Amino acid sequence: MRVVLKRVHKSFQQKGQRVQVLRDVNFTIEEGEFICVIGPSGCGKSTLISLIAGLEFPDSGEVFVDSKIVEGTSRDILVVFQEAALFPWLSVLGNVEFGLKIAGVPERERRDRALEAIKMVHLARFVNAHPHELSGGMRQRAALARALVMDPKVLLMDEPFAALDAQTRQMLQVELQEIWQKTKKTVLFVTHNVREATFLADRVLEISARPGMIKKEHPIHVPRPRREQDPQLLALQARIMSSLKDEIEKVARQELDTDYELSKSGVLVPVDRNVGSNI
Amino acid sequence: MGKYFLLKITRQIVFYTLLIAVWEFFFRLRLWPQYLFPSPGQVLETLADGFENKTFLVAIGVSLRRLVIGYAISMFFGTLLGLAIGKVRALDETVGGFFVGLQTLPSICWLPLAILWFGLSESAITFVVVMGSLLSITIATDGGVKNIQPIYLKAGENMGARGAGLFWHIVLPAAFPSILAGLKQGWSFAWRSLMAGEILFVSMGLGHLLNMGRELNDMSQVIAVMIVIVAIGVTMDGVVFGVAERKVRRLWGLQKA
Repeated sequence: MRVVLKRVHKSFQQKGQRVQVLRDVNFTIEEGEFICVIGPSGCGKSTLISLIAGLEFPDSGEVFVDSKIVEGTSRDILVVFQEAALFPWLSVLGNVEFGLKIAGVPERERRDRALEAIKMVHLARFVNAHPHELSGGMRQRAALARALVMDPKVLLMDEPFAALDAQTRQMLQVELQEIWQKTKKTVLFVTHNVREATFLADRVLEISARPGMIKKEHPIHVPRPRREQDPQLLALQARIMSSLKDEIEKVARQELDTDYELSKSGVLVPVDRNVGSNI
Repeated sequence: MGKYFLLKITRQIVFYTLLIAVWEFFFRLRLWPQYLFPSPGQVLETLADGFENKTFLVAIGVSLRRLVIGYAISMFFGTLLGLAIGKVRALDETVGGFFVGLQTLPSICWLPLAILWFGLSESAITFVVVMGSLLSITIATDGGVKNIQPIYLKAGENMGARGAGLFWHIVLPAAFPSILAGLKQGWSFAWRSLMAGEILFVSMGLGHLLNMGRELNDMSQVIAVMIVIVAIGVTMDGVVFGVAERKVRRLWGLQKA
């Protein structure tokens, strides 16, 4: 399914003030495309997901999925949340079965489908475990299975790996890549990790600091399966990084002191720096 | 675990033995007349007699029957009201506030009203028990519903749950630990209200037996009945609710197993 956003504006009421989070956002995700959205914190990335999922609605403009305006949640459009969205009172199996149960799928069939999805994310040994017995990585696997089992057309992923350690994260990225190649879902993946974005995406959309606007679009023409250390990816990362720097600085200035400057403080070193030249 | 358990049991046995020894010691000093300060042996004898001639059993039966009826009513309506108040804003702003206010009223203060309305009857005592426990169950349930993490509702909606389905599959289980805590507290309030009510006016029941001990100047009966009341309370708290709570906490992942 194709996802189209047209002139989308969205603001929130916060402490009696109107805060604009998205301003005039336009983009299209083609069917079967993997899009990563990247941007500084608070730029409305999660709001974007809520709008496409039909959990929230734009103030003006339209969100189309499959050329129909989104008017509410749909089983074809599912979200994998950042963390802890598994239901603690259900086992892994119960969680994965949940959507099918709500949809009224007969018990036998939903069990089979759930077990298959659980196998796909390599959690077969933890079918009866409860979420609190799983590690962070396993929980995100279960969350992914919970969405995949419904066979959605569009998968929306809201920083699903953000809370994981680097190794687990990389492992899951590789597996997500494989699953996506197998299932060819339309994916919108929100992240603030440039490496993750370039590794996974067909296209990386860069969003500016609040109010969020699409600032730039970076196509990633690197064949799959990709390797983390691919020099082409590293070059792309450097380019996106420097383009993002301005936005991150802007946020830092909003949140910290007004004269905050990133390059001087050395938090982000320019990627093309001449190593050793300052000795 | 096994070793620690043994140590704990040993400590407890030593403690209770000492407690009884001190009691016996003061009894032997004969500081007070026997009918005011009976020995552990005399109390034990009264206990045994009471169970043998069935007066204790009958009283326990009568009290528990009252408790179960009153508590069942509270449980049903309390949970229902709590869920409604937790979900419907208008109810929260009106009934919710009203209940929090009423909750400050000790349940025995409902007794004069109950007697005027229902006379010296079973209905009056049931009413007092209900008023004692219903409010705390309602308030705890309401709190449980309000404290559900929004992400669970969002995830449920996302997967197609809405209306009754959302309520049954998400709201109820997510609020369940709080509801159970409310039921536990409600139970102990019901128990207290019942004893107060029985002491003040109603025939039969443990409270009445306790009061009879006073009228007969029979301290060993008073203490024996108190022990029975404590035993029932501890059994319900520790065994019934304790087990349920541990199970829920473990399943919900609220504590490390």
